[in-house]
Amino acid sequence: MAKHDKSGLGKSASGFKSPTSLWIGGALTSIFVVAALVSFLWTPYSVEALNIGAKLQAPSGTHLFGTDHFGRDIFSMIMVGARVSIAVAIVAVGIGILVGVPLGLLAASRQNSFIDDLVMRSNDLVFAFPSLLIAILITAIFGTSALNAIIAIGIFNIPVFARVTRGSALPIWTLDFILAARVAGKSGLRISLEHILPNILNILIVQGTIQFSLGILAEAGLSYVGLGAQPPTPSWGRMLADSQTMISFAPHLAIFPGVAIIATVLGLNLMGDGLRDLLDPKLRRVR
Amino acid sequence: MRKITLLTSALAFSVMTSMSAMAAQTSITLGMQLEPPNLDPTSAAAAAIDEVVYANIFEGLTRYQADGSIVPALAKSWEISDDGLTYTFTLHSGVTFHDGTTMDAEDVKFSLDRARAEDSTNAQKRLFTGIASVDVVNPTTVSITLSNPDGGFITNLAWGDAVIVAPESIDAAANAPVGTGPFKFSRWVQGDRIEIEKNPDYWGEPIALEKATFKFISDPTAAFAAVMAGDIDAFPGYPAPENLPQFEADPRFSVIVGSTEGETILSMNNKSEKLTDVRVRKAIAHAINRQAIIDGAMFGFGTPIGTHFAPHHPDYLDLTGQSAYDPAAAKALLKEAGYSEGLTLSLKLPPPSYARRGGEIIASQLREVGIETEIENLEWAQWLEQVFRGKDFDLSIVSHTEPMDIGIYANPEYYFQYDSAAFQKTIDDLMLATDAGERTALLQSAQRVIADDYVNGYLFQLARTGVANSKIRGLWENSPTQANDLTGVSWSD
Repeated sequence: MAKHDKSGLGKSASGFKSPTSLWIGGALTSIFVVAALVSFLWTPYSVEALNIGAKLQAPSGTHLFGTDHFGRDIFSMIMVGARVSIAVAIVAVGIGILVGVPLGLLAASRQNSFIDDLVMRSNDLVFAFPSLLIAILITAIFGTSALNAIIAIGIFNIPVFARVTRGSALPIWTLDFILAARVAGKSGLRISLEHILPNILNILIVQGTIQFSLGILAEAGLSYVGLGAQPPTPSWGRMLADSQTMISFAPHLAIFPGVAIIATVLGLNLMGDGLRDLLDPKLRRVR
Repeated sequence: MRKITLLTSALAFSVMTSMSAMAAQTSITLGMQLEPPNLDPTSAAAAAIDEVVYANIFEGLTRYQADGSIVPALAKSWEISDDGLTYTFTLHSGVTFHDGTTMDAEDVKFSLDRARAEDSTNAQKRLFTGIASVDVVNPTTVSITLSNPDGGFITNLAWGDAVIVAPESIDAAANAPVGTGPFKFSRWVQGDRIEIEKNPDYWGEPIALEKATFKFISDPTAAFAAVMAGDIDAFPGYPAPENLPQFEADPRFSVIVGSTEGETILSMNNKSEKLTDVRVRKAIAHAINRQAIIDGAMFGFGTPIGTHFAPHHPDYLDLTGQSAYDPAAAKALLKEAGYSEGLTLSLKLPPPSYARRGGEIIASQLREVGIETEIENLEWAQWLEQVFRGKDFDLSIVSHTEPMDIGIYANPEYYFQYDSAAFQKTIDDLMLATDAGERTALLQSAQRVIADDYVNGYLFQLARTGVANSKIRGLWENSPTQANDLTGVSWSD
């Protein structure tokens, strides 16, 4: 930490000063979160009612982002699509945290035991399959739906969180205050929950934002190949897939969902960067 | 500077492409969306087989022409006995198969006996069920006796499933088809293309092309790029109608819009619990706005139909008014049938865009009247297994592309499971009818029966939308049968 000179303070990998990247990332992300929340109450047009007569209109005052090949308002679809993307990502990350973190804590508390090996090697097994492949496998067996996409992405998240948890918990287990707690007779479970977890929480939060952005990308990818949310539920990935043959004469069909995906993922990554710098206890101490 | 280089390279490119076009005047590359599973039209149903081999490699006694009329092919002429039971065909002499063996009456007898045999795997066995016997009179004369008079027999013989094959070569036809046509098979690069070349020993009218390639491109975006780049000279069944206005505006291409035999229907499982009630089926029919589907899914290409019959056929009845778009009537019917709370049906969709896009539109139209649909997008193999064979569906959308296929409604085992004694009798009568007026009356009554029973939702007749290099002449505009007949195709200067 002493290596950090003043000018290097709080700089994230992206080169933004941490508050800057946090703000930009937070702003970008919250645009879509707000859009998703508002879409529950109001969208400019219904995304389920088709209006073939108004199809493929360019962006204008009436339709801010134009209309698609069924005459649906793309702005409204992006809003509802945000809901789908965010919901899928939240639940998928939730599954990863709820299952992965306890597994990681367990493995760390029984380091090098049979349980540790069992947990971590099973994680390696799941990790060995590319996430999209697992998702295709699950949807092939259980059918295509948003729910199965969520499960698929969630399963992929489990080993990520288990590894990060175990990896960051291990060095803490070697610290003196843990030794003190053990001497005081606290059980492994209590130590994990009362001492380890609070100390690795920041790492988990950062990992969570990164996994969140990956979740949104995975949902878009699955929908693109037709394995995500089924019509008529709008989804950014499927909007891209539908636009493919029309890009040459109606580019707005691809641009807006594309920009939405990029902006959300960028926003979450910037926010992750910013959060990491903000929450990193080592940096904080210097500051 | 950069601009100039770009300009000159563009010029050089256009010179190059025009040169290659000039050098390629006797060969053609055709795009097809689906690759055939094999190349034996007498043992499998896939349309893609006939789209490669029909009239090009294999020929029958008679054949379809572009306008849907039936003309003699391997049979020079025929006589029909007064009782309508015996057909005596005189064959062209000096016809040889591509392997050098001669084509004579024995081969005709072999082909027809093979197609109608008990263990035949012919996909259209019903074409041959009326044949009682096939007898060789002499090498160029064959006589076919029917068990009942059949006015459609000459047409039946024009089908791709009724082509004449040789006992010497038929076993290998799946990968190396040997026929009598003006082209012979040369190469099949699986997953990519099939090449055929001119048969120098062809018995009939000589053809203009030396070589033809069928290239398989399933992705519409890739198809667009391939046509734009000139990698493909013609794409007769172009999969993305939304791109056609762009091709139309480009002088390099001509857009070919014709009719097909494809009745596109919202098929309903008549044995499915909620759909056994005709009022529900009628409600669905009234909930559908055909024009919106044609505009939204097909970008305006397609003709509305009100029954399972091709509008360009002289016996067609326009019954669209009977199931006109009327959401209020649909709601009332649902209420009457006890579904005032609405109901939920599954809607299983195969890959073509008419089904996928049409499905979204229909789902939205059905929602208007209180019917929720659970859309499930299926690949063809899954669709065949779940819907066509498994009959595990409520609704589906598919285009029935065989010509004159209203007879499928007489088969209660067919996937939409329509079982009507009245209809079956009409078709039985039709099989026996030879008088033209009587056939018309029966065909029209058949159309009425299925429209009255609201067996399926009748959407539109699929248009044949193709794009081709504007210098190509002689491609079929309409699609009276599944074929890419290249015998009359040539390049103009």
